[in-house]
Amino acid sequence: MTNRILSLAWVAFLISIPFWMEDLYYLHVLIVTGIFIIAAMSLNLLLGYTGQLSLGHVAFFGIGAYVSSLVSLGFEIHVLPNTTVSLDPKPVWFAMLVAVIFSGLCGWFIGRVSFKVRGAYFVIVTVSFAEVVRLVSLNWMELTQGPMALNNIPYLTLGIPEVFEVEFIGKVPCYYLVLAVAVFTYVVIRRLVQSRAGRAMIALRENEPLASSVGVDVTRVLVLATIVSAGLAGLAGALYAHYVRIVDPDVFLFIYTVTMVIMVITGGKGTLAGPIVGGLVFGIFPEVLRGFQVQPEIQWITYGVLMILIVYFLPAGIVPAIRSLLPRRLVEGGDGSVEPNATAEARS
Amino acid sequence: MTAPTVLSIEGLSIRFGGLTAVEDLTFQVREGEVLTLIGPNGAGKTSAFNAITGYIQPSAGDIVYRGECLVGMKPNQIAARGVVRTFQKTSVFSGLTMFENVLTGLHLRGKQHPLAIMLGLPSVRRDEERLRAEAWEILKLVGIEARAGEQASALPYGELRLLEVAVALAAKPTLLLLDEPVSGMNPTETADFMTLIGRIRALGITILLVEHDMKMVMGISDRIVCLNQGRIIADAPPAEIQKDPEVIRAYLGERYVRARG
Ligand SMILES: Nc1ncnc2c1ncn2[C@@H]1O[C@H](COP(=O)(O)OP(=O)(O)OP(=O)(O)O)[C@@H](O)[C@H]1O
Ligand SMILES: [Mg+2]
Repeated sequence: MTNRILSLAWVAFLISIPFWMEDLYYLHVLIVTGIFIIAAMSLNLLLGYTGQLSLGHVAFFGIGAYVSSLVSLGFEIHVLPNTTVSLDPKPVWFAMLVAVIFSGLCGWFIGRVSFKVRGAYFVIVTVSFAEVVRLVSLNWMELTQGPMALNNIPYLTLGIPEVFEVEFIGKVPCYYLVLAVAVFTYVVIRRLVQSRAGRAMIALRENEPLASSVGVDVTRVLVLATIVSAGLAGLAGALYAHYVRIVDPDVFLFIYTVTMVIMVITGGKGTLAGPIVGGLVFGIFPEVLRGFQVQPEIQWITYGVLMILIVYFLPAGIVPAIRSLLPRRLVEGGDGSVEPNATAEARS
Repeated sequence: MTAPTVLSIEGLSIRFGGLTAVEDLTFQVREGEVLTLIGPNGAGKTSAFNAITGYIQPSAGDIVYRGECLVGMKPNQIAARGVVRTFQKTSVFSGLTMFENVLTGLHLRGKQHPLAIMLGLPSVRRDEERLRAEAWEILKLVGIEARAGEQASALPYGELRLLEVAVALAAKPTLLLLDEPVSGMNPTETADFMTLIGRIRALGITILLVEHDMKMVMGISDRIVCLNQGRIIADAPPAEIQKDPEVIRAYLGERYVRARG
């Protein structure tokens, strides 16, 4: 209950921001941070709950960005000497939907391929996948324009044409769009991890042999987690594409995956709030440094030092550390007793 | 009027490279009984468990449970058919509370489609409530409900071993395999565990046990199979096992001497 009030207060605060934040640049920082937080939340489903480190997570993000851009822009490619495949431009909402589904399918593929590989091998599979996708985006000029980038990507409009339409262009509407998608992502992941499916994911992380001894189909669970995780990362990528409205192969840079991993680990992997807290810290902190007009090198060093300090002193992350400071009664949900219906709520 | 056979092991052999852990093992488990596998360290008891529950592939032989061949199935498929085991080396979900451990163990009893979960359908909420109630029942059955909210890693050893049984029971076994469940327990805990076995039996669950504690083995087994170096040397009720010269020479003798000394 306390949790729910706290979440609502948070959302109310976030909704209020554009009303008093006058500098649009800061709103831009929040939008980009928000998009990264969505990606980090999706990564957390894999890394924090199933315990599998995907070091190619940016691949799903980038695929979402490219697919959504291409479907909304339309394209024409020559596959065989005499065959061309073409697609007329589609509405942005539809393009975003296709992007989510396509990313989810890629997640399914990775989940299937990783059928028997865990740990280090899963890392290698995901890293290789991301690299392959990056090379495709760089070299398939006809489709992606390669390094010349896809330009003039349309922005999202929702509603009935000519009657009532919301255009998501400019900072304030985009801010609310990202906020809405972030809340959606949070709710989906929360429902998932607090259900039978999520418990199976956690079981896989905690003790795989025991999980299978009670009937958990390890492959199935891993595939489900990668599908949802990839789909949500693709959604973040699609948001990004229609916000910045230009996409080039740099969306696949390894450093973005690293950023997401840092956000999840410092915030607290396997906690719902972890990626949000970690994302806010590492999304906003560099801007604070910029505000002090420090040199970029110093910025990066400070960034690194902060990360090391957090990981060293709070190995489980910021959120679990704060939680362990709170009085136990508060965490357990009030009266300290554990009722059959109270436990999961209390630990969320 | 013997009960029907539920699990039938025929000519089971397990080899690890050049080492033969189990050689031509043949025995049957009958509905509702407590059958105990005994034998010296390294006799192949755990290996037999691993083969039955799909954790290792036997080199030869058949494992048939209620008419279905289990060889080649994955552990989760075998669990879905009612054959559930515990592990010799303590194995729980240590980062979760006792209650969550059991809730996780209830996996096979849950009915929730991933899409329904993500859409937050009321059917999922109802199913969760049902599972929570069932988890609570299991904790009570095993007698560990008092500490339901405590994290497994913080539990004393005795309760940890009980939790393992609770997690296995959550998977709704019809055949429960327990690998040295009372090792490390004190005599009071062991005595309590024996009454727990009685309660599990009363639920109609057949039990295949591996145990070195002879007081418990003799007290609760309907039948005992003694292994030595991968082979069966005896298959009889407790009273006969105690008198069997080969069993005494290979296993019991050594135990009795140790117990006295
Ligand atoms: N995965 C494995 N790889 C190689 N050898 C193994 C493996 N598992 C078991 N063994 C060997 O197989 C033999 C039987 O071991 P097993 O664990 O089945 O014995 P056990 O009867 O359960 O003994 P204990 O009473 O000590 O638990 C031993 O010699 C053991 O070293
Ligand atoms: Mg053993």
